[in-house]
Amino acid sequence: MPSRERKATLMTTFTEETRARAREIIARYPADRSRSALLPLLHLVQSEEGYVSPAGVTFCAEVLGLNKAQVGAVATFYTMYKRRPTGDYLVSVCTNTMCNVLGGQEVYDTLVEHLGVGHDETTADGKITLEHAECLAACDYGPVMTVNYDFFDGVDPQGAVGVVDELRAGGRPMPTRGARLCTLKEMAVQLAGFADERDGAVADGGPGAATLRGLRLAEQHGISAPGYDPKTPIRSKAEADRAAAEAKAKAEAAKAPAPAAPAAKPEQITGSTAPDVKAPDDKSPQVRTAETRQPDAATAVPDAPGTKVPTDGPPPASRDAQAAQAAGVAANTPAGDGKPAGDEAGAQERNLKEAEAETGAAGAGSAVASETGAQK
Amino acid sequence: MTTPRPETLAKLTPVLTRRWISPDAWRIGSYENLDGYAALRKALKAHPDDLIQLIKDSGLRGRGGAGFPTGLKWGFIPQGDGKPHYLVVNADEGEPGTCKDLPLMTHDPHSLVEGVIIASYAIRANRAYIYIRGEAVHAARRLRNAVAEAQAKGYLGRNILGTGFDLELVVHSGAGAYICGEETALLDSLEGFRGQPRLRPPFPATHGLYASPTVVNNVGTIASVPYIVLGGADWWKSMGTEKSSGPMIYSLSGRIANPGQFECGLGVTLRELIELAGGMQPGHQLRFWTPGGSSTPLLTAEHLDVPLDFEGVAAAGSILGTTATQIFSDQDCPVYATYRWLEFYHHESCGKCTPCREGNYWMVRVYRRILAGQGTHEDLDTLLDTCDNILGRSFCGLGDGATSSVTSSLQYFKQDYLDYIEGRTAPKLSDKQLVGAH
Repeated sequence: MPSRERKATLMTTFTEETRARAREIIARYPADRSRSALLPLLHLVQSEEGYVSPAGVTFCAEVLGLNKAQVGAVATFYTMYKRRPTGDYLVSVCTNTMCNVLGGQEVYDTLVEHLGVGHDETTADGKITLEHAECLAACDYGPVMTVNYDFFDGVDPQGAVGVVDELRAGGRPMPTRGARLCTLKEMAVQLAGFADERDGAVADGGPGAATLRGLRLAEQHGISAPGYDPKTPIRSKAEADRAAAEAKAKAEAAKAPAPAAPAAKPEQITGSTAPDVKAPDDKSPQVRTAETRQPDAATAVPDAPGTKVPTDGPPPASRDAQAAQAAGVAANTPAGDGKPAGDEAGAQERNLKEAEAETGAAGAGSAVASETGAQK
Repeated sequence: MTTPRPETLAKLTPVLTRRWISPDAWRIGSYENLDGYAALRKALKAHPDDLIQLIKDSGLRGRGGAGFPTGLKWGFIPQGDGKPHYLVVNADEGEPGTCKDLPLMTHDPHSLVEGVIIASYAIRANRAYIYIRGEAVHAARRLRNAVAEAQAKGYLGRNILGTGFDLELVVHSGAGAYICGEETALLDSLEGFRGQPRLRPPFPATHGLYASPTVVNNVGTIASVPYIVLGGADWWKSMGTEKSSGPMIYSLSGRIANPGQFECGLGVTLRELIELAGGMQPGHQLRFWTPGGSSTPLLTAEHLDVPLDFEGVAAAGSILGTTATQIFSDQDCPVYATYRWLEFYHHESCGKCTPCREGNYWMVRVYRRILAGQGTHEDLDTLLDTCDNILGRSFCGLGDGATSSVTSSLQYFKQDYLDYIEGRTAPKLSDKQLVGAH
């Protein structure tokens, strides 16, 4: 419910350019999912005001049809949304463990003393906001410092003081890697998802020595990953099935335990978004369903004579759902692919086992996995 | 600093890093001259299920830390369910020590874009997102440029290369929250909420982004896909070990002569990696190291020959994680290092669950007390007890990860703690940093 006061704030604070950009941001996301635009919109209001002001919160709420409390809750969660006016340059010094022991703490302490400001504070001339940061993902260049998020590598106290002095004197020192500096507000436009319009800025900054370390070593000694042939064909499912069947037949003939032939697992295929591609195999839906229900049945040879075809199979999707559920549970243990890698060894083992068992026992796998999930 | 021996050099397998050395590989023209988008043309001629099978056959496992089999993850997406599917790339690199995804996106952004298109085609997604860490501005710059170039060339958008396949790709910058690297927190953040992990089940495979089937994969995982499409599953498996196939980018930092990125087959050892990095810095002796970022338990000099693959590191009592090996020497204090990591987890805890929010808050204070020379023997029990209450009782892996360095440093370096407590080591923190510690 926009009050008169709020409308007045909007009218006075944000330019037509910002509002046009806001519309562009919202259009990136599905029509009924406009809330996804909130993070970029918060970056956008910072591009005009340098921080997320009450007016900025109101603006985001207004354009997304949220209330201010909903926007405020998000804005206060993320480190990059500043709650007080910032300087033209945000100087962040990494003081996490690696940079810290390599001298980052000393750099930070020196800057605190030199600038006379502490963490998240701005110099009186409005030029520099200082902060200590938690791991900037450049440990091979430690200790590192960033200015408006572009890197200055391997800094020492003197070097850092030199950079901030140059900034305060109106200069723009060139980052070690990354593009030439812009102001924090200009950077916020890029963070909102817009291209860097400065001529040639995208081309700035080649790879540093540490980035190329292994590559250069390989190049010097003429080493490459062996056996790479980009023309290797992609095996179709039918071919994989055939290969597995042959392997099985061979194994049976040799009366040896079945070799670990790749693939050839019964798996049904349902809809596809890809036209003009042939069906992956020639199986009828009933056969696939049968294979799903009786994974141990002798169906390695597709549609072999005598294959039993029960007709009361469940709709294919249900097994997919089951498997998906199981996958989720298995993937649960800490982060499927996320950073907090606190995965216990046991869970990884389970994941692997499940991967091996694969479609073999989707039902059982799901039960086991659910149990694990419940304990978590 | 010596030249590595030939047998150690042979461990190098430059695949994903290969193009970084070409200064213009981030431009689409140069990328195309270096096999770029050849994999896409090849993949679009295959059936999506054949691609999923190919990735399964390759044994590719997630490069973000947990090592979940990628093909299996893709296969879990229910097909023909009438719902939109999504591919979300986790580019929120921020695990302390980890620095492999940012250079990849900066110097070879098209390989990620190409991987995204192929993966989306395989799981039948028409929308994909790359959620990139907010601070990674230069990588985002290059990535946005790459997406625009790919769009202009018809590799993205409607009717890609005339196949009828549509894909929209958005590069979405985060805003500074480590927790958003946890896949469900990432999804919440992408939906415009605070980045807090979700209760599971349901899982992203069925109820991910916008409650629809979603694959969340790490940058390195998706960037591997074009190479597997071109070179085949058997070639991919020729690198690495039986259960951990393929090459991996090892990020070496700390007290070594030449820190940096080294791409080797999974299963290389730290001894070999240090040799590749020119040995330890003069005057430094290896004391402790993380195999895969700060969320993985510390290892010591006795683990130099542990094969760094998922199984080998697990057997040594740690986790492969992101293969970010931070190397510390006899001149570094494990107690102080752990304290700094805990400050990180305390700062980054999202606050949703009590064990992580409160546990890390209090452990930081106990560490400050110990490092200020005012610790007691009971403090060590308090730390272990707190870890016990966080590990396995937190909502997500962030809490579990926070305990890794505490318990492992107490396991290997208890004497260092006792030296502070019993006054043999000079305090590292002053009294004024102790406010609120009691």
